[in-house]
Amino acid sequence: MRYLFFIFLISAAALAQPHFPTLTKWATDLSGTLTAPQINTLNVRLSTFEDSTSTQLLMLMIYTLDDIPIEDYAYETATKNKIGSKEFDNGALFLIAKNDKKLRIEVGYGLEGALPDALASSIIRNVVVPHFKNDDYYAGISAGIDAMILAVKGEYTADPASGDDDEGGSIISTIMFIIFIIIMVLVRGGGRRLGGSIYYGGGLGGRSWGGSSSSGGSFGGFSGGGGSFGGGGSSGSW
Amino acid sequence: MNKGMVIGCGVAGFFLLLFAIAIFWGIGAYNNLVNLNETVIGSWSQVENLYQRRADLIPNLVNTVKGYADFEKQVLTDVTEARARVSQMTVTPEVLNDPQAFQRFEQSQSQLTGALSRLLVTVENYPELKANEGFLQLQSQLEGTENRITVGRRQFNQTVQEYNTTIKRFPTTFIAGLFGYYQKEYFKAAPGSDVVPKVEF
Repeated sequence: MRYLFFIFLISAAALAQPHFPTLTKWATDLSGTLTAPQINTLNVRLSTFEDSTSTQLLMLMIYTLDDIPIEDYAYETATKNKIGSKEFDNGALFLIAKNDKKLRIEVGYGLEGALPDALASSIIRNVVVPHFKNDDYYAGISAGIDAMILAVKGEYTADPASGDDDEGGSIISTIMFIIFIIIMVLVRGGGRRLGGSIYYGGGLGGRSWGGSSSSGGSFGGFSGGGGSFGGGGSSGSW
Repeated sequence: MNKGMVIGCGVAGFFLLLFAIAIFWGIGAYNNLVNLNETVIGSWSQVENLYQRRADLIPNLVNTVKGYADFEKQVLTDVTEARARVSQMTVTPEVLNDPQAFQRFEQSQSQLTGALSRLLVTVENYPELKANEGFLQLQSQLEGTENRITVGRRQFNQTVQEYNTTIKRFPTTFIAGLFGYYQKEYFKAAPGSDVVPKVEF
């Protein structure tokens, strides 16, 4: 029984997986409601906010949830896109499902203090929903994002030095690794050279890729930093 | 004689080598089990914190709702009693290795879930209460906690699944049996938890 239930869960998750969008911008509208300049304005505001605070706030507007609970949709989308940094989990997703008339602010672990459920709920009810009731989606989204920014700014600051530290660390460990490999090859002598060189190639390739993954965000598109979510935030409807 | 000794040494060396490999493999498998076990305990304490957080929210909620004179007493009594039962239980990670205690824990928590959702449905009939900002905040905190509990339970089930799969797989299952790592319980979807409770007047 238990396993049947589990198999069901896993296969349901596998079937549902393609529904959750991959986000490449801070503001995404899959419902075709917002105009291109409006989306652009939101994108600039959110990417600038990330540059100065390292906090990743994303907005996603979709047409329908396809009967998936908005809590699951928001959690899965936020987790899949790894919003927020791995170190601080400072990400949040503002999700609007136009046809279902539902919206949710999903808050990453690191922002739960600055943007607690009660505040997220208050932003939804008092800031966003009044605009949505008048069919003014852009005004509602824009005001909602402003309120979220106001809540979470000051919680984290972008630290340009940390990137350099990471790089320094990975260069040193790469050098150590190369020295280790050279010693191994010298100790073993010529006889096992083939095995040694295969090892060398693979290890070096893996290392150098690992070092450069952190800085993707600021070059025109959004890329998640590895943040995780625990179901914090609030949902609402209009 | 000399030749026999060489063969003997070779065979002994071979078995010694096999033995060493087995030991190293065993250490690796054991450490892996320790890690997985700790992950399960970690995600369990996360779930426990969330349930505690929910229990902490209830007195405030009950007090806010109580102010509304004709509010159904029975609904409030149910919530208060269910919360008392939950608070009486002492929960340690030992629960994970005791299916019956685990089920008792889950049962009393799901009774509280049921009582709370009946309370929230009843509230729908009190427009003034629904317009009260203080109540709305409590309600959003409670909803947020319920959602975190859902996520926490799902993450717990994932860690248990990984743990259970590992201890049952050949040949790690020998190591697991040797050091007393037994299968752990999953959270089940509570029967009827997907159905919105009905309130009768």
